[in-house]
Formats: sequence, C-alpha cells, structure tokens
Amino acid sequence: MEGLISLAVKAIFVENLALSFFLGMCTFIAVSKKISTAIGLGISVMIVQSITVPANNIILSYLLKPGALAWAGFPDVDLTFLGLISYIGVIAALVQILEMILDKYFPPLYNALGIFLPLITVNCAILGGSLFMVERDYNFSEATTYGIASGFGWALAIATMAGVREKLKYSDIPDGLQGLGITFITAGLMAMAFMCFSGVKL
Amino acid sequence: MAQTRKQLLTDPLVDNNPITLQVLGICSALAVTSSLNVAFVMSLAVIAVCGFSSLFISFLRHYIPNSIRIIVQMVIIASLVILVDQIIKAYAYEISKTLSVFVGLIITNCIVMGRAEAFAMKNKPFDSFIDGVGNGLGYSLLLMCVGVIRELFGSGSLFGVMIFEPVSNGGWYVPNGLLLLPPSAFFIIGFIIWGVRTWKKSQVEARDYKIQTLEEH
Repeated sequence: MEGLISLAVKAIFVENLALSFFLGMCTFIAVSKKISTAIGLGISVMIVQSITVPANNIILSYLLKPGALAWAGFPDVDLTFLGLISYIGVIAALVQILEMILDKYFPPLYNALGIFLPLITVNCAILGGSLFMVERDYNFSEATTYGIASGFGWALAIATMAGVREKLKYSDIPDGLQGLGITFITAGLMAMAFMCFSGVKL
Repeated sequence: MAQTRKQLLTDPLVDNNPITLQVLGICSALAVTSSLNVAFVMSLAVIAVCGFSSLFISFLRHYIPNSIRIIVQMVIIASLVILVDQIIKAYAYEISKTLSVFVGLIITNCIVMGRAEAFAMKNKPFDSFIDGVGNGLGYSLLLMCVGVIRELFGSGSLFGVMIFEPVSNGGWYVPNGLLLLPPSAFFIIGFIIWGVRTWKKSQVEARDYKIQTLEEH
C-alpha cells in the first residue's frame, strides 16, 4: 500500500505527464484558454487514462508478453512487437465506448465534455501513460494507481495553466510573443516550479 | 494546383511551420532535444512516418469510409511506426533506449494525423508524400535548432563531439545545467517563436484586449 501511495504522488507531482514529460502538449497549449473547458478536458483525460492503462496492462500480461499465451497452448509466442498497434486500438475503442455510454446514461456530462472526448484518442498523454506502464513493468494494481494518478496530474497541470492564462490576457506582451510564445514561457516556468517536487521522498 | 510542389516542400519550413504556427507535434519536440544525436534520429523517424503515411492514406483516400477514417489512419500510421521502431532498435539500440516511449508516440504526433486529415485525404499521392516530407522537415528544423542550443550550451558538445571544453575536464567552459533540464526546451521554443514572429509579422496573434495609452485616455 505504501508503495502505491508513493507511486501515486510521484506520478502526480514529480513525474507529471504534462510538465516533465511534455505529453499531451498540443491539447495542453490549445485548450487552456478558459478554466472551465480546461477542467472539463482534464476530467475526461483522467477518466480515460484510469481505464486504458489497466486495460492495456491486462492485454500486455495475458496476450502480448513472451509466454503470455501459455494459457492458449502457445508458450513460445512473443507478440510484444504488436504492442503499439494494440494499445492505440484499445484506446480508440475505449474512447468510443465511453462516449456512447456517457451519451446514453449521463447526458449532462456528455454535453459538458462534448468535443473533447474524441480528441482524447490522439492525446499523447494517454498513449504515453500506457507506454510508460509497459516500460516500467508495472503489475495490475500499480498500473491502476499510475493511470488514475497520472491522469489527475495532467488535469491539475492544465487547470493551473488555464488559470494563469486567464490573467495573462490583460497584460502588455510584446507583439511577437503574444499568444503561443508567452504560453510556452509560462509553461516552462510552471515546469520549473514542478521540479521542486523532485526532492519529495515518501 | 494552388501550390507548386516546391512550395509544398518549403512552405512548412518557416512560413507555415507545424510547431511554431500550427501548434502541432509539440510533445515530442520538447522531450528529445537534450542531445543532437537523439533529436536527429527522431527527426528522421518523423519525416519517414509523415511522408509515407500521407502517401498510403492518399492512395486509399477513395476507399476509406468517412465514418471510420480516424481508425483507418491510425492503423496505417501505427504500422509504419512499428516498422520504424523495429529498425531503430536493430541499428541504433543505444539511441532507442534514450528515446524510450517517444518513438511510439509518433503515432499520436499531431503533425502526422493533421497532415493525413488536412491534406492527404484530398490530394494526389505524390503531392501528399511531398507535403508530408515538407512538414516532417519543418518539424526537424525546429528540433535541430533547439537541439543545437541545448547540447552546445548545456554540455559543450555537438553530436557528442566536444566543442567547448567544460571545466570538469580542465577546460574553460562552465556548462549551463538548466539547458539540460526539461523546462529549458519551453523557453527556447518560446524565444524561437518570438524571433520568427518578429521576422514574419503576419504570424502575430491578435490581442484579446488592447492596452490603452495615455493619449487615448
């Protein structure tokens, strides 16, 4: 249990997907103009992330790993090279299913998230989370914790960024730096602030 | 044809750069630039994937049903990325370790998807190929600029060859450690954007609020 808590804290603050691995930057920069939309997107990323990482973990350990197909009578088969295509397939399919479920049973949430759901398929943070899970060899409970925590970390980052940008639009910025330029520099400053957490040990 | 093939290739370099103007593919641009070797391999991978995925998607563009096009594009891109990933692992294993997940992330690199969606679905295969390569080159150009700044001033070398002898080896150069850390990439790209937009005024974004001067008051 202690291990899981420290894993979660590490995934949220120290190894924040957005600010220390730069994952999901395209959406991070493009959708952080208003706090309300940023929070909507953050929540949807968190939901999708906490489903896809464990799901991909199951696929990895029962279908793809060397020897994983032993239950089907093929102990020598190694399908890890099919990893990328199956993870992205799982993500695309899950996003689609989630969209249909939300549409059917939780229409208000569906309307609130609206256009962000399909966009999530191509959000690097989601695929990145699954790939980190594979690279670091997490087991199922670690994968679940990592999924939830890293999604939360991403949501936290985009919400704070939107907060800063809402104030930033009243300031007098040099013409060339207006918009994208100053957003990058702000993100850099935030990333430096998040680096302070790297001393935290649990 | 609105654009000649040469324009298709050169436009994305500065005038319509995927990173500084279209805000696409930033994720990997930031993470792999701390050394030039890695940035170079990554650039080649993106150029290859972007060019060929545009080519194949354009070949298939009349047969892909509109409702499932995203998945079809994903499958084409993912297969190409697997190919590139295996090649890098076979011939440059050390670099593939440093790149870690970022080769896989070319799949979700918005440049590749963006060009497939915006150009390859509507244009002839050869033009699409050139457009894909052009955008890959635009991405690489920025990647290499950032890589040169970060490696030269961060560790005093280029492509691993010592240029400035650092103090730790008895030389004169005190390496700027900040440049090796992730946040520096944000600052460098921010300043590059500032430079490009001062040069090409048309790319400047409009302000949400105008600052009132004393005379207007």
